[in-house]
Amino acid sequence: MSHWIIFPILLPALMAPILLMGARFDLVLARIFSLATCVALLGVAIRLFLAASDGAVLTYDLGNWPAPFGIVLVLDRLSALMLVLTAVLALLVLLFAIDGDDARGRHFHALYQFQLMGINGAFLTGDFFNLFVFFEVLLIASYGLMVHGGGPARLKAGVQYVFINLVGSSLFLIAVAMIYSVTGTLNMADLARQVPQVTAADQALLQAGSLLLLLVFCIKAALVPVHFWLPSTYAKAPAAVAALFAIMTKVGAYCIIRLYILAFGADAGDAAWLAAPWLLPAALFTLILGAVGVLAARYLGQLAAFAVIGSMGVLLSTVALFTPASLSAALYYLLHSTIAGATLFLIADLVANRRPGHGDALSVAPRFSQLALLGGLFFIAAIAMSGMPPLSGFIGKLLILDAARSHPTAIGFWAMILGTSLLVIVGFGRAGSTLFWKSTGEPGSFVDHPRRNTLGYVSIGALLTCSVLLTFFAGPLTRYLDATALQVYDTSRYADAVLLPLPQFIDGAEPP
Amino acid sequence: MEFLVASAIGVMAAAGIYLMLRARTYPVVLGLALLTYATNTFLFVSGRLTVNAPPVIRDGITTYTDPLPQALVLTAIVISFGMTAVIVVLGLRSYLESDTDQVDGKPEDIENENLESVPTAAERKADQ
Repeated sequence: MSHWIIFPILLPALMAPILLMGARFDLVLARIFSLATCVALLGVAIRLFLAASDGAVLTYDLGNWPAPFGIVLVLDRLSALMLVLTAVLALLVLLFAIDGDDARGRHFHALYQFQLMGINGAFLTGDFFNLFVFFEVLLIASYGLMVHGGGPARLKAGVQYVFINLVGSSLFLIAVAMIYSVTGTLNMADLARQVPQVTAADQALLQAGSLLLLLVFCIKAALVPVHFWLPSTYAKAPAAVAALFAIMTKVGAYCIIRLYILAFGADAGDAAWLAAPWLLPAALFTLILGAVGVLAARYLGQLAAFAVIGSMGVLLSTVALFTPASLSAALYYLLHSTIAGATLFLIADLVANRRPGHGDALSVAPRFSQLALLGGLFFIAAIAMSGMPPLSGFIGKLLILDAARSHPTAIGFWAMILGTSLLVIVGFGRAGSTLFWKSTGEPGSFVDHPRRNTLGYVSIGALLTCSVLLTFFAGPLTRYLDATALQVYDTSRYADAVLLPLPQFIDGAEPP
Repeated sequence: MEFLVASAIGVMAAAGIYLMLRARTYPVVLGLALLTYATNTFLFVSGRLTVNAPPVIRDGITTYTDPLPQALVLTAIVISFGMTAVIVVLGLRSYLESDTDQVDGKPEDIENENLESVPTAAERKADQ
């Protein structure tokens, strides 16, 4: 295979030091370089998406070491899809950041590129110790981005965010050690072959290790009971960073989808479907907590954060049904909720900047500039996020309900999804009417905002357009996602593709 | 030896978890450091405890130690060291900006008679 697979990691990894050293004093130059990198990343991601769209599992052996011995990057439909999503989100959010947020502190663009490197690496790697390393790359960049701009409240939330993730990293290592000690491999495809052969005496170690790993991914995905870090982190982070973080929770979801279907799925013997009994209740509780949080939120940023938690609940409860149909629906919802969640954070920031003394608190304040435009955008984003027709949230939830129809818990599942949707609609309705309708009737001077934020609106508009496109092209997209889900469940083909092909030996001789 | 290593990991992890549940940043950082020591040792012994055995293939030798956990633990040590440095800097910055080193930023929540005798950053600045 060509060297294209490593480009999504290499490109930001090369650009970040250039931004750090070459463009540290010149913000315009940094913006140009950063934007150009994101455009190039989108191009590379689309190139890889096309390469993977015929169903091939492409691998890239780093250092030409064959798969179980060396680290391998794996590109299949699922990881290509995540790469495209990351690139689209990164480009659009960067447009918003260029509108002024990036000038509030130093090295925004360098950290942004390191963050993208970590995220892309986590989606591509086929080795779970390497996954740990990419997690650390994306986390250490996110620590810097999280406290970008400073301020006591942000630093406080940042310290807590770093603490919880360091504990998560320790748990990750303990889990890796437990799994390695009984299977003797770190390669995910090889792990899928070794897990069924683990003896009964070692099952306890293996299952404890893999459930510990599930806990780590749940911390990333902000599932109950390890969700506490998300609301304060996302609400206190700069808007562009919070919007980019919308993909970070999906990294956790991606790892759960990848590892617990591949290695602990149908063929895993005693450890088969290990995650299912834990994941489904946790995700449903997350769903309820997210909906109640949306209803109880006192700030728009908080509301968006709880909406993200709720959407993670929907996503992972659908994944936890563990059928190809439910995975396909969950992936559609993943695309949609990432876009919609990011949009909400950006809108919250524009609203907060226009209400001096009120910020993004859900309170009645004097009229502010561009009230109608922002109100309209919030209305569209809220429709998308809460899952009302005609936008992609509605189609996503419809697909999920359809996929759950034949599951034994279908009635309870439907009740949960529909009931929490109602709560979310009420929460968004309350927030929108307080912020935009009641404010129009409030006496008081019209507060003029000096900035037009043209690029910010372009960014939000483009994100909402993505949601509309997801709706219009739902047909071809769901066909692609069905194929993706089948490919993820076809674990033996994945393992064969990663492990079998021996590379050419250095002297050019054919392998035996 | 197994008992010694296992109890050392256990004691370090227990001390680390106890310190991490403290309310102020500094003990929490120490707790994290101890927890990462325990984790690194645990990762190291996941390749089984072997004494006096080479990690790479040599003529005439039949018992080997697993080299991979040693490589993993090196990576883990480097990363955890870097992360500890980051959290120390962040904690310090947070203390200087908010005048308290409580992890949740609320000094009145805990009763500590020593707290009053420690001058805050603002007071020190005023003294100078």
